[in-house]
Amino acid sequence: MTDLPMPQNPAAAQPAQKSSLLSQDDRTRRRNAAEKRFRSYGAAAIGLALAALVVLMITIISAGSGAFRQTYLSIPVALNAEQLDPEGNRDPAEMSKVLTLRYGSVLDSALAAAVENTGIQIEGLSDREIKGLISREAAAQVRNRVLADPELVGQTIELDVLVNGRVDGYFKGRVTMASAARDANTSPEQLMLADALAERGMLVTRFNWNFVTNPDASDQRPEAAGVGVAILGSLYMMLVVLFLAVPIGVAASIYLEEFAPKNRWTDIIEVNISNLAAVPSIVFGILGLAAFINFAGLPQSAPIVGGLVLTLMTLPTIIISTRAALKAVPPSIRDAALGVGASRMQSVFHHVLPLAMPGILTGTIIGLAQALGETAPLLLIGMVAFVREFPGAPPEGLFDPASALPVQVYNWTQRADPAFIERASGAIIVLLVFLLCMNLLAIWLRRRFERRW
Amino acid sequence: MNDMSVLERAVSQQDIKISARKVQVYYGDKHALKDVDVDILDKTVTAFIGPSGCGKSTFLRCINRMNDTIPAARVEGEIRLDGEDVYDRRVDPVQLRAKVGMVFQKPNPFPKSIYDNVAYGPRIHGLARNRAELDEIVEKSLRGAALWNEVKDRLGEPGTGLSGGQQQRLCIARAVATSPEVLLMDEPCSALDPIATAQVEELIDELRSRFSVVIVTHSMQQAARVSQKTAFFHLGNLVEYGETDDIFTKPQDSRTEAYISGRIG
Repeated sequence: MTDLPMPQNPAAAQPAQKSSLLSQDDRTRRRNAAEKRFRSYGAAAIGLALAALVVLMITIISAGSGAFRQTYLSIPVALNAEQLDPEGNRDPAEMSKVLTLRYGSVLDSALAAAVENTGIQIEGLSDREIKGLISREAAAQVRNRVLADPELVGQTIELDVLVNGRVDGYFKGRVTMASAARDANTSPEQLMLADALAERGMLVTRFNWNFVTNPDASDQRPEAAGVGVAILGSLYMMLVVLFLAVPIGVAASIYLEEFAPKNRWTDIIEVNISNLAAVPSIVFGILGLAAFINFAGLPQSAPIVGGLVLTLMTLPTIIISTRAALKAVPPSIRDAALGVGASRMQSVFHHVLPLAMPGILTGTIIGLAQALGETAPLLLIGMVAFVREFPGAPPEGLFDPASALPVQVYNWTQRADPAFIERASGAIIVLLVFLLCMNLLAIWLRRRFERRW
Repeated sequence: MNDMSVLERAVSQQDIKISARKVQVYYGDKHALKDVDVDILDKTVTAFIGPSGCGKSTFLRCINRMNDTIPAARVEGEIRLDGEDVYDRRVDPVQLRAKVGMVFQKPNPFPKSIYDNVAYGPRIHGLARNRAELDEIVEKSLRGAALWNEVKDRLGEPGTGLSGGQQQRLCIARAVATSPEVLLMDEPCSALDPIATAQVEELIDELRSRFSVVIVTHSMQQAARVSQKTAFFHLGNLVEYGETDDIFTKPQDSRTEAYISGRIG
């Protein structure tokens, strides 16, 4: 029986009786309007986020795609034996005494000869401007090539040499005649020469694998800079994180979730793990500097130290997501296992863990991705250094100096030459590609391990 | 010979399998079970009935120490299985649970194949020396749970893909596969439809020939149908324990009478 009082006045109940299903009353209309409003807020928020993403991607790709193209000058170079191998025995050990400077002069004369051969005449073009056409890095590259293959000495070979960053920028639209007139490093005449050479097919812009494989280069030679060392450094650090953070994090979560008694101590630990997840990453950098470099005496700039710091940083993320995944496994599964006489450990490893696997993997990969993009702590442990040497193969290579992708981006944005902006954006693209791959891997693993029953 | 075995059987039916004395259970400050004394016979179905929250499931979970998994639970008193106190410090609950199997309220097959569900217990207890023996145990258990004919062609399929009643029988097969001496069933039919319930009840009656079965149930009809002994719990007390027929036809306690006639609970 209902406790509602019967309406005193029959007229008051009248409108309710008359209401039709075909027309909405005020209340319903207001409610529907509110729902519609709310939906449009949601759609607007999504739209805004998508727009921001699109703008970001367009900016980065338009600024960074240039890094993946590079202008080369192909000229015949006579590798003069008298200059490059004074002893005449083609012994790389002897030849390595010849300085890069001398290769530079070989290249200069080759370039001058090539320009003369084409018969290009440009008013006011100085020898210095002709020489300036090619990168300062070019001589070093030729030297490396010759030392690798001493038999080249004495021959005349067709070489693709790196051109100066400004000239490279001119073909990518970054440098114009107007800007060149105000630039001490190039001149309109040099660019006109470049144009003329390009018409003859001697200057070509093509895909630049070297950006991915080369090490960093100094301020004056942005055209030679690449992310090779940074990729390797990041990869090494990810290896360290993977081998340390994942087992430690998963073991800690399993213990806390499945075995530890629930008391004041575990509560304190739990709260502190959550707090650690919120600690600014630069604090971990200071900790790493104090603990791993100053106290433990590990080398600076080494991926092992970076990896250890990132491990500390990633652990809370992995622990929190792993615990969430373990919590999500229905307790009935644990009961079932215990009920047939499985031990705690058997129930965890045979039944709970496989079910929690997709969640654990997703959390782990998100943690790794976060670590991959982390910059601040690495600055403090010296990974910001200028490193041109590739680190060796692991495990020894973990102790060699290396750079990291996000730090490389930071580094390049600090440099004066605008060509480095293009390199930085290119490095961001590489970083994003890696992150995308990791996320795809996470999705794939999720699918792979997800039980559909 | 025949007479001998009949005699033996009659005697063994009177063997006390589990005896509980002054069992108290606390969940934190809550005194959930008070002074429970009960003797459960071998090769008998014993039903625990009573209103919700009366402690019947709690007592059931004490027998194989599943309450150990609840941090706040504390058990006092003694429960003896074949004269050995299961709460003795030397007892490993894992070994105990291999002897005292359990079937839960909600069917909870492992998310593995039907075969692996049944084979899991024998595997971890090392009951089979080789694949053939394991196959044999699996078949025997599934036959014992009256499920063999329905699943024999799809043992590799997931156990969770079966219907509710089949899943519960799979859980029974899983419990039977470790050759327990006692089978505890916590409202095994509450999630099942009448047909599946009838199948499970029939099964319980068959299982009686091999083990002592203790079943918690909300359905008095079910208790009357499957059990030989019935215990009535109310507010944490064991109110009355006796032959099922006696409990339902001439209850001694007024609370029992009130419950079976539907006035409390």
